[in-house]
Amino acid sequence: MSSTTKTARIGEELWKTRVDKVNAELVTLTYGTIVAQLCQDYDGDYTEVNKQLDKMGYNIGLRLIEDFLARSNVGRCANFRETADMVAKVGFKMFLNISPTVTNWTSDNNQFSLIFEENPLADFVELPDDGRSQDELWFSNILCGVLRGALEMVQMQIDAHFVSDILRGDDTTEMRVSLVRYIEDEMPPDEE
Amino acid sequence: MAHPRHGSMLSFGGGPNNTTPSEKPLFQNAPISTASQSSPGLRVPSNRKTIYDRHLNRSRNAELSRASFAFLFSEMVTYAQRRVTGIQDLERRLNEQGYPLGLRLLDLLFYRTIAGSSSSSSASALSTSSTTSSPPNRPLRILPLLHLIHGPLWRLLFNRPADALEHSVSPDTPNEYMITDNDPMVNTYISVPREMSMLNCAAFVAGIIEGVCDGCGFEAKVSAHNQPSEMWPGRTVFLLRFGESVMEREVVLEKAGVK
Repeated sequence: MSSTTKTARIGEELWKTRVDKVNAELVTLTYGTIVAQLCQDYDGDYTEVNKQLDKMGYNIGLRLIEDFLARSNVGRCANFRETADMVAKVGFKMFLNISPTVTNWTSDNNQFSLIFEENPLADFVELPDDGRSQDELWFSNILCGVLRGALEMVQMQIDAHFVSDILRGDDTTEMRVSLVRYIEDEMPPDEE
Repeated sequence: MAHPRHGSMLSFGGGPNNTTPSEKPLFQNAPISTASQSSPGLRVPSNRKTIYDRHLNRSRNAELSRASFAFLFSEMVTYAQRRVTGIQDLERRLNEQGYPLGLRLLDLLFYRTIAGSSSSSSASALSTSSTTSSPPNRPLRILPLLHLIHGPLWRLLFNRPADALEHSVSPDTPNEYMITDNDPMVNTYISVPREMSMLNCAAFVAGIIEGVCDGCGFEAKVSAHNQPSEMWPGRTVFLLRFGESVMEREVVLEKAGVK
């Protein structure tokens, strides 16, 4: 059994046994209303909306990792490839009940893509037909922030951004994730 | 009496109106205010994975993690808090965020209760709670509307009915109704600081209810209030105050024998 399948099993099992559930549509619509509110508040400045979503996600990620570790009880990943599987098959499974595909690795094993077959955040969604939103808004951008925040708490500085989205008329929804560096344990600032 | 918010809902795309959200869960509508004159149309994926190609009931019984909801909701509250002047203002904002959900959930509820009336639990609940037999119609009177909220709406959102439905006993306020939730799910992970003890973040749910009422043509103001009891420290009462026009219509409909 490949390690990916093993990880996927862990995710399935956790979803079935360790996760408190709620109606999916409530989550979907709540997220929709957040994005709609941002678009209104920032007057259709989608670049700023993307940034705000990323920031919200980052705040979530910082706290979500606790929940993830407490429930999953998984150990440290040996390398970035393992991390990718863990994120896709356990993390996304636990919180969104999806398992995006991990693919398009660079040869140095520092960059991969997540392909989302399903995206519950974007159910019921059509972007506004204003000639700009499909070029500028990344509707699910909060997920990039979540990943960045969560991985930072386990000492990985990463960059995550969407490169395509079905809502924009692309054929796939793809997020690109790159490892920037492992964060070394830093000594607390010297008293003197 | 004017229906400011409902009015704007009916005339989507009619101008830079207040509550026109930019993305439309459930139903797509006209674009937000700008540049509608030369709309080039939306691009769609070649594999046609658009909202029009997916069944509206696809996510009907789907579940997501409660933690995900809690995280999103807490970000919503935190974000709203940055831009308000006080508790009332914060609750108003949360209410406004729930409102468009109510409008959309209403259509979804009717669509489902009619389309799947043989198998769905919410449909049977609706037909037992309203006086007419299935297929259920839009409520014309206040009581069926309240049953719709108390039963099917609550079940759709929280997988259980609300805990109580009451009419104001005061003769001065016959237009006031109360729906009680002993333990609102949205407040599960929210701890309110002491100096804000008046705050009830279920104002978001109040907004949803308000949207449902307005969408049905029952102009109402809905607010959430803390009413802790010994057994239920988080008990919340949603106070629905129907507008004068609604109350006048009630009288007419009652005389006409409409139920």
